[in-house]
Amino acid sequence: MSQLVDRRLSGKNRSAVNRQRFLRRFKGQIRKAVTEAVSGRKIGDLERGEKISIPSKDLSEPIFHHGPGGRRDMIHPGNKEFVSGDQVDRPEGGAGGGGGQASQDGEGEDDFAFELSKEEFMDFFFQDLALPDLVKKQLAAVPEVKRARAGFVSQGNPSNLHVVRSMKQAIGRRLAMASGPREALKEAQEALADLEDRGLGTSPEADELREEIERLKARVAAVPFIDTWDLRYANRVDQPTPSSQAVMFCLMDVSGSMDEDRKNIAKRFFMLLYLFLTKSYERIEVVFIRHHTVAVEVDEEDFFHSRESGGTVVSSALELMRQIVLERYPSQAWNIYAAQASDGDNWEDDSPRCREILSQGILPLVQYFAYVEIEAEEPQSLWHEYERVAAGSARFAMQRILTLADIYPVFRELFRKKVGA
Amino acid sequence: MEETLTPPSVTRQPLSESSEWTFELLDLYDREIGRVAAHYGLDTYPNQIEVITSEQMIDAYASVGMPVGYHHWSYGKHFLSTQKSYKRGQMGLAYEIVINSSPCIAYLMEENTLTMQALVIAHAAYGHNSFFKGNYLFRTWTDAEGILDYLVFARNFIAECEQRYGEEAVEDLLDSCHALMNHGVDRYKRPAKLSMAKEQMRQVEREEYLQSQVNLLWRTLPPREAAEQGRREDRFPPEPQENLLYFIEKNAPRLAPWQREIVRIVRKIAQYFYPQRQTQVMNEGWATFWHYTLLNHLYQEVKLTDGFMMEFLQSHTNVVFQPPFHSRMYSGINPYALGFAMFSDIRRMCEHPTEEDRQWFPEIAGSDWVKTLDFAMRNFKDESFIAQYLSPRLIRDFKLFAVLDDDQREKLEITAIHDEAGYRRVRQLLADHYNLGNREPNIQVWNVDVYGDRSLTLRHFMHNRRPLGESTPEMLRHIARLWGYTVKMESADENGDAQLVGVCEV
Repeated sequence: MSQLVDRRLSGKNRSAVNRQRFLRRFKGQIRKAVTEAVSGRKIGDLERGEKISIPSKDLSEPIFHHGPGGRRDMIHPGNKEFVSGDQVDRPEGGAGGGGGQASQDGEGEDDFAFELSKEEFMDFFFQDLALPDLVKKQLAAVPEVKRARAGFVSQGNPSNLHVVRSMKQAIGRRLAMASGPREALKEAQEALADLEDRGLGTSPEADELREEIERLKARVAAVPFIDTWDLRYANRVDQPTPSSQAVMFCLMDVSGSMDEDRKNIAKRFFMLLYLFLTKSYERIEVVFIRHHTVAVEVDEEDFFHSRESGGTVVSSALELMRQIVLERYPSQAWNIYAAQASDGDNWEDDSPRCREILSQGILPLVQYFAYVEIEAEEPQSLWHEYERVAAGSARFAMQRILTLADIYPVFRELFRKKVGA
Repeated sequence: MEETLTPPSVTRQPLSESSEWTFELLDLYDREIGRVAAHYGLDTYPNQIEVITSEQMIDAYASVGMPVGYHHWSYGKHFLSTQKSYKRGQMGLAYEIVINSSPCIAYLMEENTLTMQALVIAHAAYGHNSFFKGNYLFRTWTDAEGILDYLVFARNFIAECEQRYGEEAVEDLLDSCHALMNHGVDRYKRPAKLSMAKEQMRQVEREEYLQSQVNLLWRTLPPREAAEQGRREDRFPPEPQENLLYFIEKNAPRLAPWQREIVRIVRKIAQYFYPQRQTQVMNEGWATFWHYTLLNHLYQEVKLTDGFMMEFLQSHTNVVFQPPFHSRMYSGINPYALGFAMFSDIRRMCEHPTEEDRQWFPEIAGSDWVKTLDFAMRNFKDESFIAQYLSPRLIRDFKLFAVLDDDQREKLEITAIHDEAGYRRVRQLLADHYNLGNREPNIQVWNVDVYGDRSLTLRHFMHNRRPLGESTPEMLRHIARLWGYTVKMESADENGDAQLVGVCEV
């Protein structure tokens, strides 16, 4: 006879290893696809999986097979009007007709698409950025937690033993366990008293009752004062604690010299800062300011994708940011972070002004200000002025970026602070 | 067990009304189906029916139903693609996943209705199972008792190699072996049976022996003149060999013992699945015929409700649908459709033969259908089964026609259709279509330059002038990885004139 086995709970994720092997083998293609996916995403939208497709010919498993040509006999079903000896044209590259090849060629060309989980996606995202492992772990993990009380449980750590609760429990148990014998005891005592009243204190029944009373007294006395199952422990659970709200300013130079590649690096830079912030704050607003000679606040789409030409006046963006902070984000209610990306160009006379605004107008208001110069040739006046700012403030970080791996050092200070906190 | 003894007329009451399954109901249905199967004389291995989740089912698909498998990226890939089409609703996961083992393991997916579970039990646990136990190919080529142990041995061995020699090294080797899987079978020789205990015992012994053999082959250098002569006259191997993996396992000069063992594992597994590939139409047809017959029998005993039958028939009809060649859904002949139609047709010829049947199949017409079907199941493979049993009536029903595609002619020619003049040709060509030897290029080990650069020459024997496909250079790279020296490929036409079609230098 057949044997029925319920296998549903065992052997889950049996192919997890094979999946890892698959991802490892095609990491080159997958990383490329991830890079593309990242450029299509919004800054705040990094922490989810992604549908990835890679060309299926890259992952074919070859076998020997026949190529086109030669002489082939084929059998097909569903004849309608053919009779023996008919000559028919070869079907054009595909569907049905006499061409049996069609069925094989029809599909193969599609891309092979599959879903990366959130973790896998983040992993590929981080790979280029050369993040230290500890940081990766912190970023990928759930936000910081706080231990919160959550009632009482019957098992726990001795240090969490809750004495009052445990004693209450013991009282209840003692009452419950002793009540039966106590009642019987009371009845026996009454019966004995009744017998003694009637002068039968020495009768065998009275002796029996006395024995019974002793036995019941012993039983009551045997109920332990406190027992292991009375113990109650204070329960604590992890509650995520995003502390409060933050606003992140993204400042970017969009003058003609910022090409798509540079913008893409800048985007990674902004994304990484955003990720750091999501770990600490419950609510994050993002303000995008782009500038050439004048600065404007724009939405994300315009920020990354529109292009302007003309000169560069960085102070315009700093001014605008300061203005927005003062109007909308009072620094006592908001944690303010700013990230600025540029190729280093600035109008010569403007740079000292930038330093001034930054060190006097902005740094006192913000938590952190990070500046990156992307693929700049020689440090120019702006860089030198900013170096002076950096020397005077721990809230300011700057970095010249050639590859994606250069981004992380900008955040090193920021991150260290967070670990320490 | 009482049900089996009670005559059906007494318990004229459905087994259940609801479409939700429970373990008790599965057990009841299984017993009922088993009773009817026994009534028709189906002989099966013991069944182990496992209830699994859809994820586990996809997993089973990805590993071709092997309950234990070694790790390889390609299984991950198949998992992902199966998962994708399942999520899109392009395919149901219900049939097919059952391999020839004892006990025979069949999978039921938890989210299916009771009807589907009963269908799968009938299809896999009684249909396929009896086919595995009865068909001569499975009986001679595979060992149902030993396969599970062997798979465990294979997985452990490969995992151990990964630890010792690195995952990448093992993966590269497996890639190359997998590429040659179709050329790793003995088509005519009978293989030894597999078993884990024997394998383990013999493995060490074999390693040493093999290595010494290989070295011997390469060490014995005859004197120079003899070598020059030998160059022209002797070939090694003296006869061409069709089993490329076997040849590589035994003779590749540069493989380490553990690599030879892995080649052998892949070869053994390929050999194990070879009968499956040769009996697709028969196996699926047989299983489909029996789920249809068994459940209809139960319905006639009024053990199944009308609702059950509606759902069952809907599913059954989808499975045996054959789109015509001009349909968008057409992708060749559906083995379920052809196999089911053929077995049903044999039964029809037994029970209600026509004049035509008497003429074409005098020994079948009017015979006992259960015995005739049983004989057909036991003694044929797809190719011979079609050549033997495809009736004119079915050729008409399917409206089969033959097309000749000759690259030397401008147009395709319809060479035969479903009429009196065409039946035999259509039948022969369809049978040829299921001859694996015709479907896959015939490639043999032709020569090894033993005295020279040790290059390996393979020869492709062309059939009807059909050339090799575009994968050949990549395949040669895989073979060269195993062989360790240059690999050449020649194509020989029907006159025996060979032309070099590819070289992979190492």
